[in-house]
Amino acid sequence: MTETSLSQPFVGPAAGRAPLRLLAVCIGFAALVAAPMFFYPIFVMKILCFALFASAFNLLLGYTGLLSFGHAAFFGGAAYVTAHAVKVWGFPPELAVLAGVLGAIVIGAVIGFLAIRRQGIYFAMITLALSQMFYFFCLQAPFTGGEDGIQGVQRGKLLGFIDLGQTMNMYYFVLGIFLLGIFAIWRIVNSPFGAILKSIRENETRAISLGLSVNAYKLSAFVMSAAIAGLAGSTKALIFQFATLTDVTWQMSGEVILMTLMGGIGTLLGPVVGAGLVVTLQNVLATSEFPVTVITGATFMLCVLTFRRGIVGEIEAAIVRWKRR
Amino acid sequence: MTMIFGIPVQALLGQLLVGLINGSFYAALSLGLAVIFGLLRIINFAHGALYMLGAFVGYLLLAFAGIGYWPALIVAPLIVGLFGAVLERTMLSRLYKLDHLYSLLFTFGLALFIEGTFRYFYGSSGQPYAVPPSLAGGTNLGFMFLPNYRAWVVVASFAVCIGTWFLIERTKLGSYLRAATENPTLVQAFGVNVPLLLTFTYAFGCALAGFTGILAAPIYQVSPVMGSNIIIIVFAVVVVGGMGSIFGAIATGYLLGLAEGLTKVIYPEASNIVVFVIMAVVLLVRPAGLFGKEA
Repeated sequence: MTETSLSQPFVGPAAGRAPLRLLAVCIGFAALVAAPMFFYPIFVMKILCFALFASAFNLLLGYTGLLSFGHAAFFGGAAYVTAHAVKVWGFPPELAVLAGVLGAIVIGAVIGFLAIRRQGIYFAMITLALSQMFYFFCLQAPFTGGEDGIQGVQRGKLLGFIDLGQTMNMYYFVLGIFLLGIFAIWRIVNSPFGAILKSIRENETRAISLGLSVNAYKLSAFVMSAAIAGLAGSTKALIFQFATLTDVTWQMSGEVILMTLMGGIGTLLGPVVGAGLVVTLQNVLATSEFPVTVITGATFMLCVLTFRRGIVGEIEAAIVRWKRR
Repeated sequence: MTMIFGIPVQALLGQLLVGLINGSFYAALSLGLAVIFGLLRIINFAHGALYMLGAFVGYLLLAFAGIGYWPALIVAPLIVGLFGAVLERTMLSRLYKLDHLYSLLFTFGLALFIEGTFRYFYGSSGQPYAVPPSLAGGTNLGFMFLPNYRAWVVVASFAVCIGTWFLIERTKLGSYLRAATENPTLVQAFGVNVPLLLTFTYAFGCALAGFTGILAAPIYQVSPVMGSNIIIIVFAVVVVGGMGSIFGAIATGYLLGLAEGLTKVIYPEASNIVVFVIMAVVLLVRPAGLFGKEA
């Protein structure tokens, strides 16, 4: 049976191109620092938030080969915890975000523990079902505010003296979190631990026979992914100053999959590009009559049928082809 | 009024009937998923959307062509099945050689597309679809009042489930299907047109979803979101039952429907999560599912 792996062929680090890479990273960094001067800051923050969320999701799908259909539970769950921590407990922003991440870790540990008991398609269905259960929980639990959500969350003062109410301060706070998250993912992927995750993705049976406790690795990857998704969700709650049911729906889980698929599964930059595209598309469509779901659905079908490697994946493959000539 | 454990018998039986009806839908839908998965090895995420499509085809036939319930019960599944056949031929068949997750993503996109289209035209609210006159009213069973249409739903879906089981387990066509599940290359070598068999199977699964949709139309309202509401529960049913056996899919569907009905009487707050809780417990105790063979 010929079976194409979900991942791309391994593209090695460009040897001898280190200065070029460093330059690209510096340009990217400068662009992110300057972005709020040229674009609406809230819009850029939203993109950064979803880019981090999609990257967290990609850590699981792209590098471990696990398709989670329930990542909204971590994203939205963390948003609720952060909003609650600020509003009811009076936490400062840094502690509130930390509380959100801890919340996501707990939810991730529970869902992950159950879901890793089955593989492949079943794994996807279990994560979807459990996150839907979490959705119903949020709908009924008193502290989430049901249909209204938690409104009017104050951004507060970072470390007691940086006023996040100022848009620019908030932007650099969000940028800092984004870079921290992406750096963490980059470190995980390029560590020995990340190599084991990739071996599980490529051949799980082989990994087991090599004596690796595959389930423990899968669960760790799942919880890490949930934690970073939670980091993104907590940040979103502070940016928009509310947490609602929208963030825990299955549609949200679907959106993050689309972002990753469009950008390129298993590439570091892919989810970031995908998130930028999807969020921009939603902003454009929000003002028109056209239904977003139809476009989203059609894009999904198109991506799967025609360019499964995603935008960044296709570019990387083109570079590899060009080098071989 | 008679009571059992402090619960009025009337309420208990009423909710059990609702549970049985929901269970009928779960059974028919998870059966369709199992049939498609058995041969094509794909999870049809669009199953809920096709169920909604079946209900809408029935509704549109009545609204625009004046075609009533009984003809629609035949025509709607045929239309949905044909739609499925076209989809399989033109798009899905390109994905067989890839990782199964891609077909899951593809059908997920398809579900969003179909649901979004109907939402665009009909909004999220439901359209009423009247019970056919021949099944209006109800029968007093002495201990409870049974609406005729609901009795029909239970009988019809049970008959369809048994019929499908018979088709797959006891007929020549079914034996080809089962053989192709085991080894498609060998079956093809014996002169069976396997690609056609794949198309037929997908179309049949879709038609089952369409049939369930039109069956459900008079009970729930015909609404664009009816599919996504039910499909996630059906996924949980499939996880509990395991897709290894046709019988397992049917039995689990009924079982979980009844469990849901029972919860509505005992602890109503938990009624919409009970299926997921059962799924979690089954995963802890028997990870392969109640009727599953694979680990």
